Amino acid sequence: MITPPVVRRNTPQRYRLEANKCAKCGKVFFPPRLVCDACRGRKFAPVTLADTGKVVACTVIRTPPTGFSDLSPYCMGIVELKGGTRIQCQIADCEPERVKIGLPVTLEFRRVQEDGESGVLAYAYKAVPAR
Amino acid sequence: MAGIVGYGAYIPRYRIRVEEIAKVWGADAPSYKKGLMLREKSVPAPDQDTITIAVEAAKNALKRAAIPPAKIGAVYVGSESHPYAVKPTGTAVAEAIGAIPDCHCADLEFACKAGSESMFIAFSHVKSGEMEYAMGIGADTSQGAPGDALEYSASAGGAAFIMGTKDVVATLDVQYSFMTDTPDFWRREYMHYPRHGGRFTGDLAYFKHVRGGVEGILKKSKMKPKDFRYCVFHQPNGKFPTRMGKELGFTEEQYRAGLLVPTLGNTYSGASPIGLSAILDEAKPGDRILMCSFGSGAGSDAFIFTATARLPKIQGRARKTRDYLDTNPVYLEYGAYTKFRRKILKNVED
Repeated sequence: MITPPVVRRNTPQRYRLEANKCAKCGKVFFPPRLVCDACRGRKFAPVTLADTGKVVACTVIRTPPTGFSDLSPYCMGIVELKGGTRIQCQIADCEPERVKIGLPVTLEFRRVQEDGESGVLAYAYKAVPAR
Repeated sequence: MAGIVGYGAYIPRYRIRVEEIAKVWGADAPSYKKGLMLREKSVPAPDQDTITIAVEAAKNALKRAAIPPAKIGAVYVGSESHPYAVKPTGTAVAEAIGAIPDCHCADLEFACKAGSESMFIAFSHVKSGEMEYAMGIGADTSQGAPGDALEYSASAGGAAFIMGTKDVVATLDVQYSFMTDTPDFWRREYMHYPRHGGRFTGDLAYFKHVRGGVEGILKKSKMKPKDFRYCVFHQPNGKFPTRMGKELGFTEEQYRAGLLVPTLGNTYSGASPIGLSAILDEAKPGDRILMCSFGSGAGSDAFIFTATARLPKIQGRARKTRDYLDTNPVYLEYGAYTKFRRKILKNVED
């Protein structure tokens, strides 16, 4: 279930694609981490990820979890953004069968979850085929 | 001088044709198409709402303005379809574009005029010098009751404008508003769909107020229709703005660029702002533009802009409005449309 604290905690990443980059070795983390897993560095600089990329892996969800049945069937994928960072997200606005490895995509701001009819709404990025 | 420093629009990918709606309700599609001058309309995806559309339009405006988002002192969003009854749309947009926390946010409602009033207020802040930049947005996922005439036109889309006084791409030369209290279209608290006064929405509402807005601003500016390269009026259907334009002395050449409704539908608060964005996509330095919105209830905001030499430099920095409208639309059947628009009653999921 989505709750207000979870929505607020994830806002920088989900709304603005905020990542962090290790000041020592340059590795980028999304979502941001406190310790670099490559060099154990603890100093990071904020970076904003690109909003375009390509699909590098995908699968079709036909038995969705509670709260997502209206979207079924839908495609989840791993997208490699310009700059090399990979993120996992839904690939929306197209028939799942159309999604192939290498498909150019753009990240758009979408509603990703809602707590029933009266609860809080959660927003984040989804990938859509580049038009 | 105050004016627009960045602009952007967003239109969802999905469409439904007039014929598809008409066949479900046993209506005569050709007469609707001819009467409303409307072929199809945009439909928001199930995961799109006024917040997501406003954010995408705002991001496009920022790409064109190329300013640090933290310098935007206000974000105003005008809409009839704010996702929450109580919780602002503006804060979500400001957060998503990085304008928080030193930012004033407000949501506006005035039927289809809410977008232009967000622009009006944003202009006031930068003209007064209170803020360096302010953003006004008009966006909607418009509601139309199943089977009602509005269902053929109520669509989704939005446009955002960043106002400022430096690096202006279109100066704001004159603004004027025309208001009366006219109950032509309304939606009461807790109701899903708006109701309207049928033919009363024409002469005594739309035409009276758009005419009042345009004639008022022409008088204030001492200008005539021939002084403008472009004009855009609120576009609930194709028939109203074209008739209005002709009656006021404007030509098709002047209103063609901003007339998107035949394939977009009525984006309510987004309607005239999206039309303005399409005009800015193609305007050249020195071109003068007249915009006049209309909101039921009722009133019109009119603006006169002049494109500057900077406009061509920023037009290509973000996707153009016509590109959103014309490129790779996905057409829905009525069943999928009702699911997308949540018109089907379901049991509550566990």
